[in-house]
Amino acid sequence: MFSHSKIEQNVILMLVLILITVSIGGLVEIVPLYTVESTIERVEGVRPYTPLELRGRDIYIREGCYLCHSQQVRPFRDEVERYGHYSLAAESMYDHPFQWGSKRTGPDLARVGGKYSNEWHAAHMADPRSVVPESIMPAYGFMLDRPLEAADIAERLETNRAVGVPYSDEMIENAAADLEAQADPEADTDDLLARYPKAAVGDFDGNPALLSEMDAMVAYMQILGRMVDFTDVKPEDLRQ
Amino acid sequence: MPTKIEKDSVTGTETTGHEWDGIKELNTPLPRWWLYVLYATIIWSLVYYLLYPTIPGIAGLMGYSQREELVERMAEARARQAGSLDRIAAAPLEEVKADPDLLNFALTGGRAAFADNCAPCHAAGGAGRPGYPSLADDSWLWGGTLDEIETTLRHGVRTADDDDTRVGEMPAFGPDELLDQGQIEVVASYVLSLSTQAAGAAGEGVELYAEHCASCHGGAGEGGREFGAPRLADQIWLYGGEKADIVAQITRPSHGVMPAWTGRLDDTTIKMLTVYVHALGGGE
Repeated sequence: MFSHSKIEQNVILMLVLILITVSIGGLVEIVPLYTVESTIERVEGVRPYTPLELRGRDIYIREGCYLCHSQQVRPFRDEVERYGHYSLAAESMYDHPFQWGSKRTGPDLARVGGKYSNEWHAAHMADPRSVVPESIMPAYGFMLDRPLEAADIAERLETNRAVGVPYSDEMIENAAADLEAQADPEADTDDLLARYPKAAVGDFDGNPALLSEMDAMVAYMQILGRMVDFTDVKPEDLRQ
Repeated sequence: MPTKIEKDSVTGTETTGHEWDGIKELNTPLPRWWLYVLYATIIWSLVYYLLYPTIPGIAGLMGYSQREELVERMAEARARQAGSLDRIAAAPLEEVKADPDLLNFALTGGRAAFADNCAPCHAAGGAGRPGYPSLADDSWLWGGTLDEIETTLRHGVRTADDDDTRVGEMPAFGPDELLDQGQIEVVASYVLSLSTQAAGAAGEGVELYAEHCASCHGGAGEGGREFGAPRLADQIWLYGGEKADIVAQITRPSHGVMPAWTGRLDDTTIKMLTVYVHALGGGE
């Protein structure tokens, strides 16, 4: 009954058979995932981004940084020796969308947090050649002068909560205050750090008078890859 | 519309029955070799499905895991260098420096680590750039012995996430209103005269310097490593040696920050880096 000419001449039969074929392909890929509790590793420390980091991430996406920079250290020796521990799914579970990327014109940024000082980041983004003579990265000096737009920061957190990022009511209430406090060297940051451990605080762009896009960008750079403390992660924790 | 299916006299194959202006379409079957390749790939996919970890939680017959393979590769690489790495890890820095084999190994390992982690700020070969000190000269902010270099590497300078980091902060003489603009100019001129060893400087500059600067930078501008206060009695300037640069630095000083490398780099790599930096030219 399944002869070539029969299927070709009966459009309903052909449709049914196509549906069956595609379903098999889909089921083979999807059903096995129902057998595991989670595809995300059980590690400690991954938290939602602070309001300032989140805005920095928005700018990262706006400027298309992902076109040249990946955020995924792959489990190969050359990458691990250069960048550090390979990336885990857990580390980008609050990223919407994730920034893994597949193309590196510049280096991977998954573990760039803490590797350079704030001054270096600000100088490098304003004029990459000033610190890396062979760099071909465009300059982003305008971020130093542009005030960070953040009037809608609470809504941005809520939007992330709507897609599953566990921002608490407290975090959303304090979003505007936290955003200001993180980049203010004079601010009391105890509450901020209680809500968002390990956040880098202080003036990021060398100009405490202005909360600029550069502040947000550098704050975002400085948390990348630092949330999970790998010194006490055991291999069995990384099984999915 | 299909018309009449017939046997083509030249090829001996049936037509599809489609005909356009007398041109008929042959219903040529797929070549045998193509079909067999298709069947082979289907069989291969089944074999692959069994051998590799295609179902979560089931390792597959080969027990392959990319992450475990990485662990093996790392262990293999470590084992190849274990002889030298273990000795460097166990030996005091002076011993590494004194043993030609270990020194050679440490310099090579240190050079690779330096290029990736240190050169973005301190420039290739540790030549330095404005705001980031040269590591290849005799002027050290925090000390140039092996131990001092290792401490700086491990704990960084003014970094937030290390309690043992090196700390030193020069007051902002302008905004803090410790000196007025005129006095800052005078002190800057005196500091310049210190650097050029010009004799005969006297007057207000000497007094202001003695009162505000000497406790960290030393009475004769010899510097104070306890506070990371640079030596002023030389021609090496971290933030520029023009008078305007010095005025700016006194008014509102810039302070360099260096990350703490403990945790990011392993102990042996930090030791190799120490030896490498010490050998760049200014080691004490």
